Amino acid sequence: MEYSLLLNDVLFAFLIGGFSFGAGFSLFFVKQQASNTSQQYNNLNRIKNFGFGFAVLASISGCFLSFLILLTGVPYHFEIIQTLPFGVLAIHIDQLSAFFLLAISLLGTAVSIYSFGYTKEFIQRRNISLMIFLYNIFLLSMVLVIISGNGVLFLILWEMMSLTTYFLITYEHEDSASRKAGILYIVMTHIGTAFLVVMFVLLAGYAQSFDFGAFRSVRDQIPDSIKTIIFLFALIGFGIKSGVIPFHIWLPEAHPAAPSNISALMSGVMIKTGIYGIVRVSFDFLGPGPAWWGILILFIAVVSSVLGVLYALMEHDIKRLLAFHSIENIGIILMGVGAALLFSSFGYKAPAAVALLAGLYHVMNHAMFKGLLFLGAGSVVHATHTKNIDELGGLAKKLPWTMLFFLIGSAAISALPPLNGFISEWLTFQALLLGFNIPDLAVKLAIPITVALLALTGALAAACFVKAFGVTFLGLSRSSHTNDAHESSFSMLAAMGLLSLVCIVLGIFPGTVISFIAPVTSSLLGENISALSVFNGGSIAIQQGAGNGISPMVLIMLLGGMVLLPIVFGFAFAGKIRKRISMIWACGLENVNPRLQYTAAGFSKPIRMIFSNIYRSSHEIEVSEETSTFFKKTIRYELKTESIFQKYFYDPIRKITVSGAMIVRRIQTGRIQSYLTYIFITLILLLLFAR
Amino acid sequence: MKEFIDTLFVFSIQLLVMLFLAPLVNGIIKKTKARLQNRRGASIIQPYFDLAKLLRKEVVIPVTSSWIFRVTPYIAFASTLAIVLLVPTIFAPVPFHWVGDIITVIYLFAIARFFVALAGIDAGSAFGGLGSSREMSIASIIEPAMMLAIFTVAVTAGSTDLSIIVNRLSTTPASMVHPSHVLAFIGLFIVTIAETGRIPVDNPATHLELTMIHEAMILEYSGRYLAFIEWASQIKLLIFLSLLANMFVPIGMAADVSSISLIIGIAAFTIKVFVLAIIVALIETLNAKLRLFRVPELLMVAFVLSLIALILYFIIGT
Repeated sequence: MEYSLLLNDVLFAFLIGGFSFGAGFSLFFVKQQASNTSQQYNNLNRIKNFGFGFAVLASISGCFLSFLILLTGVPYHFEIIQTLPFGVLAIHIDQLSAFFLLAISLLGTAVSIYSFGYTKEFIQRRNISLMIFLYNIFLLSMVLVIISGNGVLFLILWEMMSLTTYFLITYEHEDSASRKAGILYIVMTHIGTAFLVVMFVLLAGYAQSFDFGAFRSVRDQIPDSIKTIIFLFALIGFGIKSGVIPFHIWLPEAHPAAPSNISALMSGVMIKTGIYGIVRVSFDFLGPGPAWWGILILFIAVVSSVLGVLYALMEHDIKRLLAFHSIENIGIILMGVGAALLFSSFGYKAPAAVALLAGLYHVMNHAMFKGLLFLGAGSVVHATHTKNIDELGGLAKKLPWTMLFFLIGSAAISALPPLNGFISEWLTFQALLLGFNIPDLAVKLAIPITVALLALTGALAAACFVKAFGVTFLGLSRSSHTNDAHESSFSMLAAMGLLSLVCIVLGIFPGTVISFIAPVTSSLLGENISALSVFNGGSIAIQQGAGNGISPMVLIMLLGGMVLLPIVFGFAFAGKIRKRISMIWACGLENVNPRLQYTAAGFSKPIRMIFSNIYRSSHEIEVSEETSTFFKKTIRYELKTESIFQKYFYDPIRKITVSGAMIVRRIQTGRIQSYLTYIFITLILLLLFAR
Repeated sequence: MKEFIDTLFVFSIQLLVMLFLAPLVNGIIKKTKARLQNRRGASIIQPYFDLAKLLRKEVVIPVTSSWIFRVTPYIAFASTLAIVLLVPTIFAPVPFHWVGDIITVIYLFAIARFFVALAGIDAGSAFGGLGSSREMSIASIIEPAMMLAIFTVAVTAGSTDLSIIVNRLSTTPASMVHPSHVLAFIGLFIVTIAETGRIPVDNPATHLELTMIHEAMILEYSGRYLAFIEWASQIKLLIFLSLLANMFVPIGMAADVSSISLIIGIAAFTIKVFVLAIIVALIETLNAKLRLFRVPELLMVAFVLSLIALILYFIIGT
């Protein structure tokens, strides 16, 4: 045990030290970007390798540290400083923190490896040292947010994370879209922080301290009304960060604006800090609340997942498409979390444990496949310099490895068995099925609706990824962008390969993965998941009287075996297969024109028609003719879909805010005398009323 | 050792029956349709000849395509065969029932659909994309109805494991006529028609670009590749029919490997499936194909039926 604790200290030192050193070290070179010599190029390249090298080192230590904590069940505690008003500023890594730390470190390792190759093109074009600095600080602040054990420390680090992200979103600041996305992000995230500050102050009012342990111990003394306020504020504050609908508007702007390695981290793990916060506050600090908390989260989850995927289907900017899928997957995660909260409010702890397990499993899965997909998208953008998939096509031949990894990511996010996305959706379905035992009408109505909409979400996601993958990689090229597309460098491919492997392992060995997540759920709910389920290695079963089991490991063997069958049968029946390569059938046309192919917009048209009430789309067709209507010169087609939230939620708020500011402006005369008068009046009022 | 041989036996019977019964079911549907339309129609074993011929023929590969086009027939066929091993047909507990439950079955179908849709785009023609787009859109709106219908059965049987569902229901025959069960059956029947691309949702016999869905996706396939894709979709239809037959009317299933129960099992299964096939043919004859954007309304009916089924179960109880 002594040894293990020492090991923990060492790993922790590497984790924090690695990121800090990587960041600090690059600061020395921030100004050395001006000259354009090859010697300087080599220097900067070396700096870049060092900077990301430290990030890889720190991330790997983070993986080991979280593994150790999850395996031994001994939390890691580290006190930084005793401050008078705020209590002990401490680092506390319990099972929940360790689980999220694992997700961050695992993705951090892969993305840091990817960055070696990816940021090479920034050298001498952009400030590479700044990138390294921000990158390391970003990872460091995410890690620290997850493991901090004090409310004030949490808020400081939360701000640090938000600000670093802002600078990373605006890294390509000469693009006005990036600047706009950055402003939107920072406004939204600060609204969130405001709610979180109030929430922590409310908690601290009862706990007399900002220490997380103190929050936990006063759980029963907080009156229900205050608990509800704390819950709602946490939901808004953390909800904004995780991008749930209706607080999502920053997400599809900010994620595509950042460089792709940053997008992968933002989508893969940063938005999960919001999930961490929701789980931490609602399960750890507050405990089971009234049933409507769970119903509210389920409602938000269902809306986020369905609308997230529907909006994703309309996108042809590959990074925006992926960003909308993040909203969808946050919804799926929250289905598990919401169901767990709902079940535990009825005292059904074992089903709650399964539901929370499903949510957390999806946290890990989404981090891996979304990270993978963003890295893949990064490679595509890197090779073709366009994010518009309607300008791509046929990349399968030019980027064969990227294509394979992107296919694995697409299959995983579409929940195809036996990959990891399937496991967590299966668990979510099973958890919802367990909830049917609860004798409450609201629950019995909420569950079928959630089930139906989860099924819809999964199928629409598959449709969307057929579109995204098919239009990008298959068929013929649609523009000259793909002409000199080239495969990514080794480090980028290695990172994507690593994440693909993790996706497969998370899918084939769910039992092993669950044995790591089970301590988290049992520490939060006080109920061991093994009360209701069996899991070992390649198979899991939720026991509900009878075994509802799956065994992905055997399933993949069966699939493998069954692939051989048609090959062998075909050969035995009619000998070796004869192939001829020929042109496609184009109704008699001789030249196959890439423009014959379906575009991304065309592909999703049936969906747009079916869900026209949600999209409220409008299109404009502009035709310019030369001599007669039969000879059209150009046709311009523009399609718009309307964001209902923008129109009915944010625009009114903006209008009220602006008109409110116009009223307030009247008292701001600009004369110092009047300001002094205001101060004087305020002082007198305070003396009178606020004694 | 005996157990192993029994398992292997059940495994092979299951696989062989499904593999070689599927074209026959297709032939019966075609023949019934022909007779109902006052045609003589081809022999009911014609689909076997078609498959044999296609297997021998040369494969034409579009110059535009990638390896996705070449692996898709095998992936589609293999994932469909994997489902065959999970679905109870003749035997009640199938040897591999613990490998995957009904939810796994639905997601395994998604594998085949995902890859066939990709292959449609891969060909690089307008038809492929058209088919893929329509297929994925319709599949998306089928899914909620299908999941709810299946959840109704799973809740009544208390398990998602297909073999356990079948066993539980066969021990309580009264549950077969439970109102929620009947509604779920109708819901799943509509889903079956949509999912397997029959009239009124899709027409398996058409090659008219305005109407085709599934056929458009696989337009570029030929020879042995087409044989495997066709065969896989015939097996898919048979799987859905056997789900309908055995989840709702689990009569005559063989519980052991004795020759008598085996004969009864095969006979019962064949009769149930043939009856369902004739019903499918009747529906195909009596209905015209729906316009693409009317299909959601039909599926909405299936969805509402399944939802009512589930809620009825809570109100009436077992």
